[in-house]
Amino acid sequence: METVIYTKKLTKRFGNFIAANELSFEVSKGEIFGFLGANGAGKTTAMRMLCGLLMPSSGEANVAGFDVYTETEKIKQNIGYMSQKFSLYEDLTVAENIRFYAGIYGLSFAEIKMKTDELLTKLDMRSEAKKLVSQLPLGWKQKLAFSVSLVHDPKIVFLDEPTGGVDPVTRRQFWDLIYYAAGKGVTVFVTTHYMDEAEYCDRVSIMVDGVISALDSPGNLKKQMNAPDMEDVFYQLARKAKRSE
Amino acid sequence: MTQLLSFIKKEFKHVFRDKKTLLMLFGLPTIQILLFGFALTNEIKNTRVTVLDYAQDNISKELISKIDNSKYFDIISNVNTEQELESEFRKGNAKIAVVFPAGLEGELKHNKKATVQLIADASDPNSATTISNYFNNIIHEYNGLNISKSPLPMQILAEPKMLYNPELKGAPNFVPGVIALVLMLVCTMMSSVSIVKEKELGTMEILLVSPFNPIFIIISKLMPYMIISIFNLIIILIMSVTLLDLEIKGSIMLLIFASTLFILTSLAIGLLISATAKTQQSAMMISLTGMLLPTMLLTGFMFPIENMPLPLKLLSNIVPSRWFFIIIKNVMLKGLGFSSIWKQLLILLGMCTFLLRVSIKKFKIRLQ
Ligand SMILES: Nc1ncnc2c1ncn2[C@@H]1O[C@H](COP(=O)(O)OP(=O)(O)OP(=O)(O)O)[C@@H](O)[C@H]1O
Ligand SMILES: [Mg+2]
Repeated sequence: METVIYTKKLTKRFGNFIAANELSFEVSKGEIFGFLGANGAGKTTAMRMLCGLLMPSSGEANVAGFDVYTETEKIKQNIGYMSQKFSLYEDLTVAENIRFYAGIYGLSFAEIKMKTDELLTKLDMRSEAKKLVSQLPLGWKQKLAFSVSLVHDPKIVFLDEPTGGVDPVTRRQFWDLIYYAAGKGVTVFVTTHYMDEAEYCDRVSIMVDGVISALDSPGNLKKQMNAPDMEDVFYQLARKAKRSE
Repeated sequence: MTQLLSFIKKEFKHVFRDKKTLLMLFGLPTIQILLFGFALTNEIKNTRVTVLDYAQDNISKELISKIDNSKYFDIISNVNTEQELESEFRKGNAKIAVVFPAGLEGELKHNKKATVQLIADASDPNSATTISNYFNNIIHEYNGLNISKSPLPMQILAEPKMLYNPELKGAPNFVPGVIALVLMLVCTMMSSVSIVKEKELGTMEILLVSPFNPIFIIISKLMPYMIISIFNLIIILIMSVTLLDLEIKGSIMLLIFASTLFILTSLAIGLLISATAKTQQSAMMISLTGMLLPTMLLTGFMFPIENMPLPLKLLSNIVPSRWFFIIIKNVMLKGLGFSSIWKQLLILLGMCTFLLRVSIKKFKIRLQ
């Protein structure tokens, strides 16, 4: 299997504080990789380093075959990103948001038109195209934000708590979109607080206090820790945490 | 190119969909100009006159009736002492006063010359000048009649005295100040707030993760405010000409060119503010306190810089609007050309390039 994300002892310090401590893992092409951890565990920090938003303090990392220290521009061409904060412009309409993000990724006018069309159909949001994003329910916004992060057909997509605060039904629909993308060969790197979502991942890593304390498939983790579900796995690991936010 | 275009289009949408921003953008210059306009151009007709007649002779009686008959003046009171006169002014009852000195007729016969004093409330400088001109006309007319009557030329002079605002500062001085103030405020505040807003919302992260060149982010963020500011400038100029009867004496192209340079400088300051401010409110506060006060105080349009203490005088040199103010005054009011302002232009250009370089460097490509 082709490795698309590779890290070795990747570390980020803020002053004396180590937000991410010697992270080492690999993610293969088309994999859905879950990144779990309590609040303040360091998930966002790790993701930002991989996206080229934060300069690592030490360690190695490769994304889509490019080095995070020196080749961030090439990485940017190959990734999509949905931040933990909201990624769309509330004062623009649905269609305008799609066109804007397609535009800044350098798609041509014809491609932008085609993509907008395709996306609206896929999300079943044709009748909402001219609505301001602020008028949409949160679940719809998040589905839209996800699709927009894929508008330039990236190899890898980074999703930071994409379903935070979304109702279970919409979360399920959201995961259908993720499966659809992964099925087309897109690698999905996703953080979440929901343990049912952890079950949907091919593999999960559980971060505690900036350190990866477990990394395997949900099935193996449950077996190893003698746990009935991921909830229990997570609880057994996370309660060892010392820092909290 | 498509990239840049979609971005600039988006920025314009942000501006035009936010009613508060719009109000701020176009309300500010309009209100400023209207304020000065109304304050400076009211009721020239039926100006209330107070008379202090020490002379009590034929000449003073004739002049008083002439003044009263003029459509420009209404004599509303007669007072007997200077103290009374002063209190009339204080109470705001009198706009102007005419003082006839004792022995006017005799003085005129002896010296062929006599002086009548005109005292005007010049806190409203435009009307004070106009009023004193009207008054002079009446005196001239009276002199003309007298010359034909008497064999010897006699002359009454009017000696105007301006109360409260002896230098007669008015619209001509304020308009360049308003232009500097409005451009500076709009550019620094709007641009810094709009950039910080993206940081606050989290969309800036998405922009930085995209391959979109950060320089383009800066260009597209600043472009709308640049265009809007030039538009604003034109509105102010049109209003000054139509509402304030101000004449633009110099080249409009030169004016717009210098303003563009000043706008760019202000935008660079806005960009710099956005690099340090964490929230929209703080960006707004920094722009307001950091820009409004120096622009008002150290530009020279409210207080003359020559009269300032040395430290303030020196400090005023680094305030861009100070130089811009001189440029507009020279071009707009005095009708001077490029040769009179090249020094100020050069200083602005220096400030502009320096600030742009620093602010672009400080624009964070990575978070932290
Ligand atoms: N720029 C920064 N400067 C200093 N400390 C930071 C910075 N960014 C993050 N941290 C700290 O690093 C730790 C990890 O933060 P991070 O955002 O990565 O956590 P997270 O796992 O994403 O948490 P959450 O689930 O709340 O999103 C936190 O304690 C946070 O306070
Ligand atoms: Mg986070």
